[in-house]
Amino acid sequence: MRSVIATAAFVASLLAGAAAAQAQQAAPIPGSVLAATCSGCHGPAGRSVAEIPPINGRTEQQLLSAMLDFKNDRRPATVMNRHAKGFSDDELAAIAREISANWR
Amino acid sequence: MTRTKLTRRAFTGSLLATSALSACAVQTAPAKAHVVVIGGGFGGATAAKFIRLEDPGIAVTLIEPKSEFVTCPFSNYVIAGFKQIGEITHNYNALTGTHGVRHVRDIAVAIDPATKTVRTGSGQSIRYDKLVVSPGIDIRWGAIEGYTEAAAEILPHAWQGGAQTLLLRRQLEAMPDGGVVALALPGNPYRCPPGPYERISVIAHYLKTTKPRSKILALDAKDAFSKQPLFQDGWNALYPGMIEWVPLNKDGRITQVIANERTLVSEFGQRHRAAVVNVVPPQFASKIARDAGLANPDGGSAGWCPVDPITFESTRIKDIHVIGDASIAGAMPKSGFAANSQGKFVAKAIAAALNGRPAFAPVYANTCYSLLAPDYGISVADIYRATPQGIVAVQGAGGVSPRTPADAAQFRHLEATYTRGWYSSATREIWGT
Ligand SMILES: Cc1cc2nc3c(=O)[nH]c(=O)nc-3n(C[C@H](O)[C@H](O)[C@H](O)COP(=O)(O)OP(=O)(O)OC[C@H]3O[C@@H](n4cnc5c(N)ncnc54)[C@H](O)[C@@H]3O)c2cc1C
Ligand code: HEC
Repeated sequence: MRSVIATAAFVASLLAGAAAAQAQQAAPIPGSVLAATCSGCHGPAGRSVAEIPPINGRTEQQLLSAMLDFKNDRRPATVMNRHAKGFSDDELAAIAREISANWR
Repeated sequence: MTRTKLTRRAFTGSLLATSALSACAVQTAPAKAHVVVIGGGFGGATAAKFIRLEDPGIAVTLIEPKSEFVTCPFSNYVIAGFKQIGEITHNYNALTGTHGVRHVRDIAVAIDPATKTVRTGSGQSIRYDKLVVSPGIDIRWGAIEGYTEAAAEILPHAWQGGAQTLLLRRQLEAMPDGGVVALALPGNPYRCPPGPYERISVIAHYLKTTKPRSKILALDAKDAFSKQPLFQDGWNALYPGMIEWVPLNKDGRITQVIANERTLVSEFGQRHRAAVVNVVPPQFASKIARDAGLANPDGGSAGWCPVDPITFESTRIKDIHVIGDASIAGAMPKSGFAANSQGKFVAKAIAAALNGRPAFAPVYANTCYSLLAPDYGISVADIYRATPQGIVAVQGAGGVSPRTPADAAQFRHLEATYTRGWYSSATREIWGT
């Protein structure tokens, strides 16, 4: 059972990687563009005042490891796992850089 | 002041509203360009704000007749009685005050691409360098025989927020215990794919808690719907025996209404009379978009507006970008979340074009949360990329909430909590700060 899930996850990550890579052929997409989606749930500049946790004021490392953990199903989540899988690891790093630098 | 001068001059919401004298006193740099936005809903209000954030040197005018916007998201909870309409009503004060968007409280009645002007109901002509059109949907009156604007006063659609929302609420309150609530549901595409099924769920919640002998009959012009297994699991668990869903292949498609008898007539002639009837009718892009020639005139996507997947510029008319429900956005659904996402990226695309920078690859997103009860939430999420095949969802990412999570009650509870979190953050981003 475990190996079936692991294989499925591996295939999924390959597919996600392929789609991301294909769309990315040109220049890498800047972090400011990639992070635009996050404020829809985490609020302007990540300063959520509601039921979804705020993500402003975090270090780059905190953000990147959280996103990689979500992407690889190492951290329980309702929706972040589904979102994090939409980005390559490099893109998650760019998002973490952008948010730690500019979402204060 | 001539029109050209007006469009070139930098202005803020307050500046234009005041006299020419004070306008002269405030010596701001001339605006490098003027963007006009039609519609202050999820797409348009986002675009207006984010163009100003991207480049404060661009002047932005929002044409929107309303001074307050009642959202469709969360309107199902007003209908079910656990939200008040005031909680889903937003104004444009932050947009005009904080972000310097000029709000023209008027309706756009014509667009002339040759002179790049928008004409308003009161006769103003407003020139644009770039135009964003986000007017949402109109009901296709008459697509269901007998379903006219007058009929909608008896059989509400409640598919645009405000008076219709409250009308359906009042009818449910007035209905006796043991009555039937009938819904007529449309084929694809339409605004908010899971919306009708969320509505069925929360009406069931209201009936279960106040009128438990009542029933819901949903007559559908489709054979399948968004998040279907999750909805049907929830209906069985929360409202056993209360909801009957009739698909297209069981003669679910309604082709006629008899308003004064509160009766729905199916394709093959079955008549359904009910205590309360909610018609979610077929829709198309709102009038201004169709009148301007932005919509496809025929074919399977007639009435909706084709756009470039990277910039949302109309493929029919240059320098006009169509976003939100009115646009054909590939795999993206007609949702407020999607319109908000498109609004941010169209702002980036327009700011890039006006500053002579190349367009970039956008990464759109959507998440549609639905409540089946105040403490029971589910979602569908996707990330999208613009490809030569149009806007496609990233494979291996996104998808719906798990059907059998380890602790299901806790999972649905958390997603109900995050449903409220999304609404709060999104509306604060669009109208609030
Ligand atoms: C019951 C229901 C529940 C929903 N729930 C959700 C949800 O939970 N999550 C979600 O993401 N989405 C949800 N939606 C979908 C969401 O409401 C729409 O997708 C969203 O509003 C689309 O944004 P828009 O900018 O295209 O149009 P709108 O938000 O409708 O804005 C259009 C605006 O344009 C203005 N306008 C129209 N014509 C003109 C003109 N000629 N001149 C000037 N102004 C004009 C209108 O007055 C209006 O203010 C729901 C919809 C319904 C019906
Ligand atoms: C659809 C709403 C939604 C979107 C969009 C979204 N998030 Fe989240 N985020 C959540 C929720 C809900 C949680 C709580 C974990 C869970 O249940 O998934 C969360 C948790 C997080 C956390 C952990 C916070 C903590 O306190 O530990 C981080 C970091 C995060 N999100 C970053 C992001 C980034 C970066 C983006 C944009 C790429 C993003 N999120 C987009 C809803 C969202």
